[in-house]
Amino acid sequence: MDADSLLLSLELASGSGQGLSPDRRASLLTSLMLVKRDYRYDRVLFWGRILGLVADYYIAQGLSEDQLAQRKTLYSLNCTEWSLLPPATEEMVAQSSVVKGRFMGDPSYEYEHTELQKVNEGDKVFEEEIVVQIKEETRLVSVIDQIDKAVAIIPRGALFKTPFGPTHVNRTFEGLSLSEAKKLSSYFHFREPVELKNKTLLEKADLDPSLDFMDSLEHDIPKDEETGAQRVKPKDTVSVKVLELHSSGMNWIVK
Amino acid sequence: MEDSTSPKQEKENQEKLGEARRSWEGKTAASPQYSEPESSEPLEAKQGPETGRQSGSSRPWSPQSRARTPLGGPAGPETSSPAPLSRREPSSTPSPPAPARQDLAAPPQSHRTTSVIPEAGTPYPDPLEQSSDKRESVPLHTSQSERNTFQQSQQPKPHLCGPRDVSYNNAKQKELRFDVFQEADSNSDCDLQLPAPGGSEGAPSMLETAIQNAKAYLLKTSSKSGFNLYDHLSNMLTKILNERPENAVDIFENISQDVKMAHFSKKFDALHNENEMLPTYEIAEKQKALFLQGHLEGVDQELEDEIAENALPNVMESAFYFEQAGVGLGTDETYRIFLALKQLTDTHPIQRCRFWGKILGLEMNYIVAEVEFREGEDEEEVEEEDVAEERDNGESEADEDEEDELPKSFYKAPQAIPKEESRTGANKYVYFVCNEPGRPWVKLPPVIPAQIVIARKIKKFFTGRLDAPVISYPPFPGNESNYLRAQIARISAGTHVSPLGFYQFGEEEGEEEEEVEGGQNSFEENPDFEGIQVTDLVESLSNWVHHVQHILSQGRCNWFNSIQKNEEEEEEGEEEDEEKEEPDYIEQEVGPPLLTPISEDLEIQNIPPWTTRLSSNLIPQYAIAVLQSNLWPGAYAFSNGKKFENFYIGWGHKYSPDNYTPPVPPPVYQEYPSGPEITEMDDPSVEEEQAFRAAQEAVLLAAENEESEEDEDEEDDYD
Repeated sequence: MDADSLLLSLELASGSGQGLSPDRRASLLTSLMLVKRDYRYDRVLFWGRILGLVADYYIAQGLSEDQLAQRKTLYSLNCTEWSLLPPATEEMVAQSSVVKGRFMGDPSYEYEHTELQKVNEGDKVFEEEIVVQIKEETRLVSVIDQIDKAVAIIPRGALFKTPFGPTHVNRTFEGLSLSEAKKLSSYFHFREPVELKNKTLLEKADLDPSLDFMDSLEHDIPKDEETGAQRVKPKDTVSVKVLELHSSGMNWIVK
Repeated sequence: MEDSTSPKQEKENQEKLGEARRSWEGKTAASPQYSEPESSEPLEAKQGPETGRQSGSSRPWSPQSRARTPLGGPAGPETSSPAPLSRREPSSTPSPPAPARQDLAAPPQSHRTTSVIPEAGTPYPDPLEQSSDKRESVPLHTSQSERNTFQQSQQPKPHLCGPRDVSYNNAKQKELRFDVFQEADSNSDCDLQLPAPGGSEGAPSMLETAIQNAKAYLLKTSSKSGFNLYDHLSNMLTKILNERPENAVDIFENISQDVKMAHFSKKFDALHNENEMLPTYEIAEKQKALFLQGHLEGVDQELEDEIAENALPNVMESAFYFEQAGVGLGTDETYRIFLALKQLTDTHPIQRCRFWGKILGLEMNYIVAEVEFREGEDEEEVEEEDVAEERDNGESEADEDEEDELPKSFYKAPQAIPKEESRTGANKYVYFVCNEPGRPWVKLPPVIPAQIVIARKIKKFFTGRLDAPVISYPPFPGNESNYLRAQIARISAGTHVSPLGFYQFGEEEGEEEEEVEGGQNSFEENPDFEGIQVTDLVESLSNWVHHVQHILSQGRCNWFNSIQKNEEEEEEGEEEDEEKEEPDYIEQEVGPPLLTPISEDLEIQNIPPWTTRLSSNLIPQYAIAVLQSNLWPGAYAFSNGKKFENFYIGWGHKYSPDNYTPPVPPPVYQEYPSGPEITEMDDPSVEEEQAFRAAQEAVLLAAENEESEEDEDEEDDYD
């Protein structure tokens, strides 16, 4: 949610039951403004909240001019002081994929994971148990990255690409009509495209290179009718909610 | 150049119709050569008033005429050109006299403007007049005042009438011709037609030809869409100048697309059905009905007054507290739910009602209300159980009637555990659900232990339709309404907590302690409850207790011993034989008794089952204690010391650190006693059959031989 339209977006997202208490909301508004100024971001988005056992993490992301570039992620425990998180690397993701269970809520907490590693000593090969320590911060970074890659979506036409490379917010984007908003094909994954090159030429001919430069949601697996990976649900008002069932907690509101 | 003799006007009017257009175009086209920013101003101003003053003009050719201004060729070597040239200079530098002059020329454009009458138009040379005819006034409205002043300063007004009329007529003629000219131009694929008078002026210059060719190219209609580039560009420029977006050059292509699309949408509007029944309208209608509940037909005014206090909970107050905790639906939605609950309590005889929570579904959500009917008012459905019993009896009889030809299976289905009576155990409360506030409330059926047992083994998302089938393994006995009810029962049993001391056990003691159906299952509010400090509530979990009975693994809250009944049945039906492998004694399942503190709850993989927080660290004196369940994510409870409330919002699933895997089907069951009748054997092969037959025959022969020998012996004896 854009820091500017935070309150409105929160109100719309309230249908799923997760909201923010008034003091959090108030402190968010002020602190996000300050973050935008200090870090000189073009836009600051409130990404969400990760529940932990002891405390919750509030996550924000800062964007530069190019919308598709790597975003800087910040976290805070009290919505007033924000700390920058390192960008996610593949190694981090692989390492923290073994950790299961809830987040603790303490960024310096370390998970212990025992691994069997083969150690060569001379001629003998035996396995040793090695305890690997994984910091919660690492896990946080990789989880956010995974959720973004899997679920961050954006409606078609909201961004467009210029020949010079950077992607811009499309200011002539007026939104999707209700019938368009119900279709999965009008949304894209908000990340570098992975499947675009695999499309046939016929499909590519229909695409508009300035608008259709990301993967559409249509081809996400599972495509089962019942448990679609993405679900579009019209709310009682004009807005439409897209729920992603895998992470069961990511909602996108399109008004 | 300022000659204003009428005959000259007439002559020149006739002659220079086409030329003047060119000259004028040349003038304005050349103006960009002079100084770009300045020319853009008059252009803009031209187009500004242009759009505003299209009242009299028809659409197709006005943009053309307007757009033609930047593209007209420069005036060739004509006598009038010095005049336009000189006039051009002042026009590019917007000095008052020049615009004023142009404005004065503008009035003659009677065919464009609605009201202007050329008063002082005649003093001007024809080219100017003619050119101003075509041009739709440069900064007309901006310098209206100038024109007026200038007009006022015009002295020779009366005698201008004559020539003015003439010029007016001429203007009209020009207008006619100009119309024709422009319409001719508006057709596709035509070069710029130079009218005869224009041609007589002299050979057009190379530059002019080039410009005209360029213009002809731009006017070419596309074979696919019927547009031409000229129109399109002019439309786009109009739109840009009207809307003035920032950084227009960056979104230029998008504007182009929008303009093209705008063409199409106009055509479709006529066919488009405007009265769409959007689903949003329907929902709004239903919700409107909620707000109109003011008039209640007086059913029992007194009763209502009596109950009105008890039945309807103060949802808004609870919502306020939950909002402090960061949980809850938005204020609007909560209020609508409040009204829907009021509707529920008004239409049903309800003693107590509570907003239980919201369960999210794939297509629609469920809003759940927990309800307790008044004494004796609830409608029970006792039929189901009887039907099941009859069916069992019927089957056993059928078995007995059959003769012993078919092997008898000694499989006995485990006896169905009967559901608990209403108002006890898992069926203590009745639940109503609706999809949206405003839709009718539907009562959920009471829960059967078998449903709970299987609900524990499956994990399905709710679709939002109560009659949807639940396809799973193990097969769930029922549809989505049963599954929903089972999950609600599990969540209530697992997460409904209250501060210690809020509830106390009833006064009745001693009756049920011996029996298997153990435990106290009734409680009441403690009138002497004094509240617990919020900080205490947060620090220690032992200050909270469960006030809903735990559900045993059997699926009931009160233990049901299925063996007792079996013994009774055995006595009745003695034909059932041995080999029953039922244990003689099933261990009674015991669960934690009512009002156990939640500190006794089990952990999951070293995660405490509950998380406690203070709602706000900044203002602790007014903070409330918030409990989140880690076992059932989405279950919350708050208390401010005296008041408490439970709430659930979520998908209706229990937390498990691993992903869900369905249980493996059990091994194949040994149904029949193994004996020769059903033991499988290979069919004898041909050789074996023959050998068998040979052996049999040999035996027969031997038998016959013996008999014949005996007969012979006997006969011998007789001899």
